[in-house]
Amino acid sequence: MSTMIKYEEKDLKVVGTRPLRPDGVDKVTGRARFGADYSLPGQLIGKVLRSPHAHARIKSIDTSKAEALPGVKAVVTRDDFAEMPVEFALSGELTVNFHDVTRNMMAREKVYYDGHPVAAVAATSESIARKALGLIEVEYEVLPHVIDVLEAMKPDAPLLHEEQYTEGVTPRPDKPSNLAKRMVFSRGDVEAGFRQADVIIEREFNTKPVHQGYIEPQACLASYTEDGQADLWTASQGHFVIRSQCAKVLQMEVSKLRVMPTELGGGFGGKNNIYNEPLAIALSRKSHRPVKMVMTREEVFRATGPTSGANVRIKMGCTRDGRITAAHAELNFQAGAFPGSSVAMAAMCTFTRYDLEHARVVANDVTVNRPKVAAYRAPGAPIAVFGVESVIDEMAKKLGIDPIEFRLRNAAREGTQTYYGPKFGPIGYVQTLEQARAHPHYSAPLGPNQGRGVATGFWFNIGSETSSTINVNEDGTVTLMIGTVDVAGGSRAAMAMMVAEELGIDVDKVRPIIGDTSSMGFNFITAGSRGTFASGMACVAATRQAIDKLRQRVAQIREVPVEAVLWKDGHAVPAGGEAGQFAPMSLADVAKVAGRTGGTIAGHAEINAQGAGPGFGTHIVDVEVDKQTGLIKILRYTVVQDVGKAIHPAYVEGQLQGGAVQGIGWALNEEYVYGDDGVLQNPGFLDYRVPVASDVPFIDTVIVEVPNPNHPYGVRGCGEVPIIAPMAAIANAVENAIGIRLCEQPMSPPRVLKAIDDAAGAKA
Amino acid sequence: MAKILLSSNLTAYTGGQTQFELEVANVRQLFQALGERHPDLRPHLESSLAVAIDGEVYQDALLQPIAGDSEVLLFQKIAGG
Amino acid sequence: MARHHVTATVNGDAVEFLCETHQTLLEVLRDELRLTGTKEGCGTGDCGACTVTLDGRMVCSCLVLGVEAEGKAIQTIEGMAVGRDLHPLQQKFLEHAALQCGICTPGILVAARSLLERNPDPTASEVRYWLAGNLCRCTGYHKIVEAVLDAARELRGN
Repeated sequence: MSTMIKYEEKDLKVVGTRPLRPDGVDKVTGRARFGADYSLPGQLIGKVLRSPHAHARIKSIDTSKAEALPGVKAVVTRDDFAEMPVEFALSGELTVNFHDVTRNMMAREKVYYDGHPVAAVAATSESIARKALGLIEVEYEVLPHVIDVLEAMKPDAPLLHEEQYTEGVTPRPDKPSNLAKRMVFSRGDVEAGFRQADVIIEREFNTKPVHQGYIEPQACLASYTEDGQADLWTASQGHFVIRSQCAKVLQMEVSKLRVMPTELGGGFGGKNNIYNEPLAIALSRKSHRPVKMVMTREEVFRATGPTSGANVRIKMGCTRDGRITAAHAELNFQAGAFPGSSVAMAAMCTFTRYDLEHARVVANDVTVNRPKVAAYRAPGAPIAVFGVESVIDEMAKKLGIDPIEFRLRNAAREGTQTYYGPKFGPIGYVQTLEQARAHPHYSAPLGPNQGRGVATGFWFNIGSETSSTINVNEDGTVTLMIGTVDVAGGSRAAMAMMVAEELGIDVDKVRPIIGDTSSMGFNFITAGSRGTFASGMACVAATRQAIDKLRQRVAQIREVPVEAVLWKDGHAVPAGGEAGQFAPMSLADVAKVAGRTGGTIAGHAEINAQGAGPGFGTHIVDVEVDKQTGLIKILRYTVVQDVGKAIHPAYVEGQLQGGAVQGIGWALNEEYVYGDDGVLQNPGFLDYRVPVASDVPFIDTVIVEVPNPNHPYGVRGCGEVPIIAPMAAIANAVENAIGIRLCEQPMSPPRVLKAIDDAAGAKA
Repeated sequence: MAKILLSSNLTAYTGGQTQFELEVANVRQLFQALGERHPDLRPHLESSLAVAIDGEVYQDALLQPIAGDSEVLLFQKIAGG
Repeated sequence: MARHHVTATVNGDAVEFLCETHQTLLEVLRDELRLTGTKEGCGTGDCGACTVTLDGRMVCSCLVLGVEAEGKAIQTIEGMAVGRDLHPLQQKFLEHAALQCGICTPGILVAARSLLERNPDPTASEVRYWLAGNLCRCTGYHKIVEAVLDAARELRGN
């Protein structure tokens, strides 16, 4: 069933309050169990042998010495996994090519990046497993490699996939290339639009890959039994999708694999897909013992999903009074070793904040010798928006128009036709701009070498497959089973609050848990800011079903027609009028007699949630630039965002603050650094510098609530929008401070110093 | 007949055509009809496309009804992080 | 390989364990003593998720060998609450929504307690610099700093 539950305005008792999170005490006391905290009796430790080369053909793998080492119980290589044909299959609702999935988890003909798995070992201790890795002999034929996206697009570039012909261009190319796919999104006549422009600005931007940087490395524990059943504990953003992908690559029946979600130590898009999970199951199948696999931080950096590095060209034109007449973008995104970057999403987000008659985005998905990229919070959008919001700032400055006013003159509103697809329904972009302009931050004084920048972000948000069950316990309390992983934001609390609101009971009477894959229907990953939106909708649907059953039961007990029974404030009460009078019953009253009057009361919903509401945000940042060291200091930061409805405002603030700070890290310091040999040089938190507490100020938040008409409480989702604007906002603030526009990310001290020196040189 | 519009990025698979008039009662029938007319489009239909029916966006909703006078837009499906 | 016999206290309780020379205190806590509240985020002393105290001194337990704990008093997150009562820092972290995924939380709480033992009235800036060795990727630190300042206020009795 595809489901949309319409928004209804009503008085709220629970939604919008700030109760303590149900997973909180476990997390402050060390009780919460994350992926690496699970163990089984007799378990082995699994480790992975990884490619030291960026690109090489595997001529042979000899595991005999490793297998002979005492304590080694199993070794797996490409020979232990079935070949998968080129097949774009639905895994859950992710479109993945299993030909590539199986090659990414364990190299077959070639290794495509430094860190690519080549073999895996299970042994009685970690030290034996590590020793065994050293005994595996792999003969490589090293091939030329390519790391940079523009280099990879050249005709004579080293080729990753001999069978890859660019999709989406006509005529079909007659030679293979690293350009996997080209997409063009366009509306109107861009050339005509540029002819109407008084001001045209064209700029090129370059960004490096950055990592999601979750603090918990990937961890899983698998136990495969002689009858072909397997249990898997793993820290992921969606255990049903992990089950689906593992079953496919291991050629298992789905029902034979049960996946238990552990507490998740951060994901941000990086834990949507399988890495060690199928290796652990295969090692367990071979060794007949449980196998635990925990990645090191170095493995996380070398072999799990960074987001794309990219080359972006933006050209925009506007009239003298600040009306954008045409916009063109070319986005060249690194996909990593296999095609499928977030460039399509980025292309659809590039100009979407504006009402444009003429727009075109050309999007190129390019394979390079780096780990296959994974989603990262609003996948791709921050990269494209860095360019667009920088150019907008430059246009506004050139025309002497306030940057927020400039955006307001072009802002997307309800009814605006997007260039990628649908028309917008009710959206809150204009409100975020207006509230940002009215915020005291926007008019506060600035000192020398200080500057202020503004930028905005848009994300679609999604719905998708979701299941939920509520059980009314015999004492009238409620157990809520959720199928979407609480990826950190506190969605368990939000879900319990919506259920409590529907039932009219206190939120502490609802205990939310995340069910495993055998306990309920399918759930898509928690991604696309869908958790509270889609799972919230499923929880409301399940609760309303339970309320219908409660009303029917009370009608039978009180011997009145069901129409006479109304559910209100946690009680079955007479509907009034002619319908019939009876003594009200509380939820606990019904629960107490439920077993003797027909059975326990439960509600469940299995839906495909539709009607996600787009989210928009406006960010203001003040920076100070140290011209001697090139250091950019963030002085003040304000996030204004339309979230539809903040079910739990504190957790929404947390999303806006956390997203903004990830964006600040992306802007200022984070980058993958490769040597000429194609080997990653900074696979650790010392050299890959994520923001620390002393790097950032307090992040002020303003929550705007323009309800999504397609959610019972108006929820849009809020997790992704806040990471989109920071890079551009900071670049705009730097320009405002020192008059130099930075088009290279990260804006780290060496790059800033170089830009200052270059500008001085140009003047001299 | 429903009016069917294709997002510009799909024209590579339809020889440039972006508008169709089709007699279809739901999304599944729409995909079937389009796939028959444009075989290059077929691999993308179910796995990677979303539809907006009279402005309301649906993903993976094969049985969603399409009225005779509906306007249906096909575009790239949205994922997320 | 001969294993070393080590005697220490953990959260006030006497413990004995056997460990290999190369095993870190973090591995000993998690794998030998089954105290999995202390987390591993990097294994190289960069993230602070494994923060514990050793004779009152804050350390990254991934950079301390198990054998170095001989005769020492170790404090971990599991010893922070007293009986049924959460430590004020734990309580304030809940009230201020200062945690999301929670993987960094044990290390940050142990580090924050160390700060407040030395400096009961820190400024926001002092809190930020003290916690600069503890990475959090979810919260942006805002609510963590607020929670620490509020807990300090409560511990000072005003």
